[in-house]
Amino acid sequence: MSYTVPKLADFSAAALDSAVRELVSALEQESAAVSSENDWKAFRDRWIARKNGILTQLNDLWLKAAPGPNKRDVGQRVNALKPRVEQAVDATLARIQSGVSSGKLAAERVDITLPGIRRPLGAEHPVIKTMNEMIGVFRNLGYSVEEGPEIETDFYNFEALNFPPNHPARDTQDTLFIAGQESKPLRDRLLLRTHTSPVQIRTMQKMKPPVRVVCPGKVHRNDALDATHSPIFHQIEGLAVDTSITFCDLKGTLDHAMKAMFGSSVKTRFYPSFFPFTEPSADVQISCIFCDGKGMRDGAPCRNCKASGWIELLGCGMVDPNVYGFVDYDPTKVSGFAFGMGVERIAILKYGVDDIQLFFQGDVRFLEQFG
Amino acid sequence: MKISPHWLRDFVDLPVDYARLADELTLAGIAVESVSGEGNNTVFEMDITTNRPDAMNHYGVAREASALYDLPLKPIAPKLPPSEGKSDVTIDIQEPGLCPRFTAREIRGATIRPSPANIASRLQLIDQRPISNAVDATNYVLWESGKPTHVFDLDLLEGRRLIIRKAQAGETLKTLDGVERKLSADDLVVADAKKPVGLAGVMGGFDTMITERTKNILIESAWWDPVTVRRMSKRHGLHTDASHRFERGADFESTVVSTNRVAELILNSGGGTLIGNVIDVIARQLDLAPVELDLREVQRILGEKLSTLEISRTLTRLGFTMLPGSEDTYLVHIPSWRLDIEREIDIIEELARLHGYDKFANTLPAYIGEVRDLPDAHKDERLRSSLLALGYNEAISLTFISKADARRFSTAAELDLANPLSDEASVMRTSMVPSMLNMLAYNLNRGTDNVRLFESGNVFEASGTDAMPRELKRISIGATGSVDADVVRGLVSGAAARPFSFFDLKGDAETLLAPFSHWTLYYDAQLHNEKPDSKKSADYYHPGRYARAVLDGTTVAQFGQIHPDVATARKLRQDVFVAEIYLDQLYQHDLREARYEALPRFPAVERDFSFLFNDGVEFEKIHQSVSGLAIAELRSFVPVEIFRGEKVGAGKYSILMRARLQSSERTLRDDEVAQWSGQIAQALEGLGGAQRA
Repeated sequence: MSYTVPKLADFSAAALDSAVRELVSALEQESAAVSSENDWKAFRDRWIARKNGILTQLNDLWLKAAPGPNKRDVGQRVNALKPRVEQAVDATLARIQSGVSSGKLAAERVDITLPGIRRPLGAEHPVIKTMNEMIGVFRNLGYSVEEGPEIETDFYNFEALNFPPNHPARDTQDTLFIAGQESKPLRDRLLLRTHTSPVQIRTMQKMKPPVRVVCPGKVHRNDALDATHSPIFHQIEGLAVDTSITFCDLKGTLDHAMKAMFGSSVKTRFYPSFFPFTEPSADVQISCIFCDGKGMRDGAPCRNCKASGWIELLGCGMVDPNVYGFVDYDPTKVSGFAFGMGVERIAILKYGVDDIQLFFQGDVRFLEQFG
Repeated sequence: MKISPHWLRDFVDLPVDYARLADELTLAGIAVESVSGEGNNTVFEMDITTNRPDAMNHYGVAREASALYDLPLKPIAPKLPPSEGKSDVTIDIQEPGLCPRFTAREIRGATIRPSPANIASRLQLIDQRPISNAVDATNYVLWESGKPTHVFDLDLLEGRRLIIRKAQAGETLKTLDGVERKLSADDLVVADAKKPVGLAGVMGGFDTMITERTKNILIESAWWDPVTVRRMSKRHGLHTDASHRFERGADFESTVVSTNRVAELILNSGGGTLIGNVIDVIARQLDLAPVELDLREVQRILGEKLSTLEISRTLTRLGFTMLPGSEDTYLVHIPSWRLDIEREIDIIEELARLHGYDKFANTLPAYIGEVRDLPDAHKDERLRSSLLALGYNEAISLTFISKADARRFSTAAELDLANPLSDEASVMRTSMVPSMLNMLAYNLNRGTDNVRLFESGNVFEASGTDAMPRELKRISIGATGSVDADVVRGLVSGAAARPFSFFDLKGDAETLLAPFSHWTLYYDAQLHNEKPDSKKSADYYHPGRYARAVLDGTTVAQFGQIHPDVATARKLRQDVFVAEIYLDQLYQHDLREARYEALPRFPAVERDFSFLFNDGVEFEKIHQSVSGLAIAELRSFVPVEIFRGEKVGAGKYSILMRARLQSSERTLRDDEVAQWSGQIAQALEGLGGAQRA
């Protein structure tokens, strides 16, 4: 670099051409070397500063020094250089402002293989997630959502569901009772609901048929917490009552719901069972989702269905006419079905959880697996 | 309960193999849980529903198979030798309501010895321990036909009579299990002339039992009131095969045949002589009313028509008789062993289960009604999705806490459980905080020191004696550890892990409350549950790092750092933060509805104020005083930077605040901005603030 304006001895046209070429070449080189705004300022000052800029020097060293006959020619050439230099200065600025040099970009490189700054999302609880999915399936079939209290009276949890006082079926419920209820009539005594079925009664008490509801919620049993038992779990209960609901409708509804939940290739199987509040009553099995109902997986008996090809999932039945008596429905005019399922059981199946306690410990290592 | 399918062959010629039988019985409601063993030693583990005591034995299961395969069922018909003389044993039923029938039979001169191999092996196959031929005879009959019977050593009965009566207070009975039991007037007993010799329908007496010295035997087969048996069984904590069946309802008509069957088995194995006829005392007849069955009702409930032929064949095989009535109706007589059948719907269930549930079509009912969500579903979903987005994991804890925790974390009256699982779980939770602290501790103890949790659920408070308890919806939030814990240090300037702080929690609370429409929302440090006479409640928070959120005058949340003393007591080894949101209060407010507002067309002007204040001047006060100037164009007034330290001196802090001024109608003039700035500065000075250069 370091171009300096030469003093001219020869003012012939050829010598002038050569001097101008040399200057323009220097101008272009220096312009190309400018890579920052500071560079550019130096470049600008060097070429067009009023005091001692190269253009100013041309006046002194070339024009003033030119002998008379050459003055006109030199003047024209210096005048032509003026806008050219100014234009080069402007263009250089435009260039550095419009983009950055590849060298600068290279210096700004980051190691993109380092981990990003994550804002971790919280994870949905697998039981609530499963419950919401199930509610969604039944909402799409026209079911509304209803809730009821977790502390219930004997009337709603048992009597109105056709569990008479002293009935052996009460033994199957392992009920937790609220203390200090002895002075009350049996039906008013408080207990922790053992199923969400009381919500059926509360719903039918407050509305007339047609009824289509699902009742999700927490229920309690007198079972100490271990790998397969829990004193709390969640249920979803469903109820449909109308003028012409049949057992075939119950089967079709649950077959559809199981397919919606576990995939359309799932088959259902219904067999008789007993619940005081439904008749006929049924247990429902689905074809094993782990071995596709074959009973064998990877050449060994399927552990999930104990090689039977079937997994028991829920209980259901036609609403017992005695129940209608408690809610003032006419059992000769309406019919309906009810079904109930344990949400933990379904979540255990879906996610392969092997210990029910994990649902209730709040262990982040467990919960984060469902994020 | 175990069933030997080979034994079933005594009564029905099974047309299928045992695996298939197990499957088909299950699909007809006689559930076989599992099959073990092979050939004649195959055993079914049964799960018979509580309404079907008639099927809790081999004959009952055989009857189901006979109906299932439409095959004849062979009767149980004991072959007895002629009896001699007349028995002078008398039966005195003093409680005809509770013991409508009592049957007995006397055998003299029998030998007590081990049962023959065919009897013993059958009992062993179904896990029954053979004892002696006489005792095994009763056990065999129980598992064969389901009728509990009992045998007495007749010579140990005093007065040669049995009295069925209530026990008298003070009487005792040593039962067969060797336990001396105190009786009360609620107990129904079989007694001899002097003393109780059996707890009716539950267990016989020890002192009158069969021993190897027994020669003369009295066989008993009675029908007991189910509720009475159930109460006694519960009271004495004595659940027996007999009580299990009596409390579910035994066969009223089987007392004679079961007595004779026991007699036959004893005579076959131990010899002896039958004395007189069977003694059969019927104090009260137990009639099962016939049921009217309308074939149209069958179709209305089941959705498909079953043929009259199928209906009559099924019911006949199950022991019902069907007499034609008018039109499509029939009168169905109920067999004595089916106490569960009382109504038309009970018959319909019989028809459905033997038809096979899976043969019914799958249909969907039409429905054109509305679909309603729970009233607060949108609010629940809004809070839940925000909490998840803020990084809190959804948790569920048990609903019970200890009494001590209930008192420590709430002033509400708690509900005790009558039969709690443990002391740690003896009351219904009155606060979500103890279980949240437990979950935080659970994680910290397992090496997870960065925890974010929330739980949505109810707390429970006792109300007046007659009212239902209050169930109040709450959300608890728990946080401990660091913010940006996983960010690589030095990755980006300014990004680095730092401890979770009060202000992180407050920010999250602000985010959660923001969507709820309100006029005013402020935060202060009043204890929410503070009552005039007690400061017990929210003192589990750090007194200097605690706040409550007041929305339109009601407390909707409280949150803060847990008091170090509480944290230490619960072995929490780092600072933990908890928030409680009172959804019952918060949900009084609707979610804010989004509305468009025109975007500003004129530029905003920002002015900074750097002031020095005494520590006692809270930002809330500063903010109120500036808002109080009612400058319409003041769009916001926010703190930008706080500084404490030696440079500003003890008890003081320096704060940089920024006012943003804007008009929707015009560009602001310098002179008016200067005037407002002056007003603001004056207000700040009014609070004792000193403007910094």
